Amino acid sequence: MTEYEAVIGLEIHTHLKTRSKMFCACSTEFGKQPNSSACPVCTGQPGALPVLNQEAVNLAIRCGLALNCTINKKSVFARKNYFYPDLPKGYQISQFDLPVTSNGFVNIQLPDGAEKRIGITRAHLEEDAGKLVHQGAEGIEGATASHVDLNRSSVPLLEIVSEPDIRSAEEARAYLDKIKSILQFAGVSDANMEEGKLRCDANVSIRPAGQKEFGVKVEIKNMNSFRAVERAIKIEIERQKQVLTTGQTVAQETRSYDEAAGRTVSMRSKEESHDYRYFPEPDLLPLLIDDAWIDRVKKELPELAEQRIRRYQDEHGISAYDARVLTLDKAVSDFFDAAAKLYAGDKKSIVNWLTTDVLGYLKTENLELSQTKLTPENLVEMLGLIDNQTISGKIGKELIVQILKTGASARQLVETSGRRQITDESTLQKIVQEVLAANPQQLAQYRSGKTALKGYFVGETMKKTKGQAAPQLVNQILDRLLKI
Amino acid sequence: MTISINDAGHVANLARLDLSAQELATYTEQLNQILAYAQELNKLNTDQVEPTYHSIETGTILREDKVIDFPNQAGLLQNGPDVSGTSFVVPRIL
Ligand SMILES: [Zn+2]
Repeated sequence: MTEYEAVIGLEIHTHLKTRSKMFCACSTEFGKQPNSSACPVCTGQPGALPVLNQEAVNLAIRCGLALNCTINKKSVFARKNYFYPDLPKGYQISQFDLPVTSNGFVNIQLPDGAEKRIGITRAHLEEDAGKLVHQGAEGIEGATASHVDLNRSSVPLLEIVSEPDIRSAEEARAYLDKIKSILQFAGVSDANMEEGKLRCDANVSIRPAGQKEFGVKVEIKNMNSFRAVERAIKIEIERQKQVLTTGQTVAQETRSYDEAAGRTVSMRSKEESHDYRYFPEPDLLPLLIDDAWIDRVKKELPELAEQRIRRYQDEHGISAYDARVLTLDKAVSDFFDAAAKLYAGDKKSIVNWLTTDVLGYLKTENLELSQTKLTPENLVEMLGLIDNQTISGKIGKELIVQILKTGASARQLVETSGRRQITDESTLQKIVQEVLAANPQQLAQYRSGKTALKGYFVGETMKKTKGQAAPQLVNQILDRLLKI
Repeated sequence: MTISINDAGHVANLARLDLSAQELATYTEQLNQILAYAQELNKLNTDQVEPTYHSIETGTILREDKVIDFPNQAGLLQNGPDVSGTSFVVPRIL
């Protein structure tokens, strides 16, 4: 059977963090009443003229630098022509043959720890379209009319196009994570896919392993989360393999990802939908960027994830792996920095709690860190209680979940629930003696040489004290009692 | 290079222009005249000439990133085909 290799390229659209729109002074704020952030320019009234937002260019340069791109001294805006009610002008102002930045790369981390370079073809500026809300029924099929909200029309976007360097759904996910991290750390965008501030389309083809020529490319749309991108690509690769192994050919088309059904579905091929007749936008002169501007942006470039990873290793002795996990999400990394300032102990213990308990909780509950009640202060308070042996690490694992949920103080939780660690030796010795007395069989086996059973006695003691016994002390007492 | 009736029909369709056969023939001829005129440029060697995107040599004007609310949203809505609340209403799009 033929082995196939997948060839994947991603197109990522990200909102830029500007206050006003790309070509007019309307607000970019989300969630406002329909058409309350609209003016003659972004509703396409005849005679209205676009004026470029300087900050959008700033952010594009910043992002270009963070993606190792060339910043082009001269770039040109172009009209992409098509008819759709969310696009009142009948064209979208984008960039075509001369984008603002091009030829960059990012390094992604593969599961085996190796690094892989993914090329960035270009990152260009363009305006967003408005939003359509279909009225009358669920979904577009039963709709009686469509409502048009142009608040989003002309909000600045950066489209980041990768080279077809990605070879699997997992690599696509790693690349997405990397781009999100760069956008967040560079302060270019919130890069929140669930809020629509980041959108991603994938170009997927497969070819027999070893073949140089690319296979037929399918574009996948409608993926609404990072997980959806990974799943959709996986499903599409399998579909294409199926098509080829049954002797058919893959059709060049756009397919929509149906999350509920777990499949991709062909979108009605609009024959001429890709005939956009790009031409230079006559209402805008070329965008000129001089070295002084680029230098200025370079100086303002915030600390990126790569730099934080190095700092974490150098300053706190954190492993490269943990440093990477911490910096996947800027909110988590910022949290760590704040907690590290407050905590006098070994910073690695903050890392352990964040990467295992906190990130584990976020993953199972499908939450962002900001959606929990955990603060650097209340985490550090709890670590202090473990360090001075008021509670055991095991109790800490229970408390952290309550703190995440309620934001309660660890000290108060310990007082009210009586989960204070048992550190009184005579109390604990009595409990250990009871445990040994209750397990005469195991005790006899231990005495006859099965010393591994010590762990069993430790476990029983912890169970009996609901995890409140100080483990070190339990070990010491057992060592003493078992010798007899 | 010339433009055929089919080319002209294709572009007219993309631009949502409903042209009669007579109109299409007229426009095809006119488009070819314009193209022939532009092809005069082929007589010149432009290998060393940087492409121009605009008749003016300067760069584009830039705006400070400042929000200014447009004061006449009601006026904008009046220009729509139909309105519900503060939304424009269009026939459902498939
Ligand atoms: Zn506007």
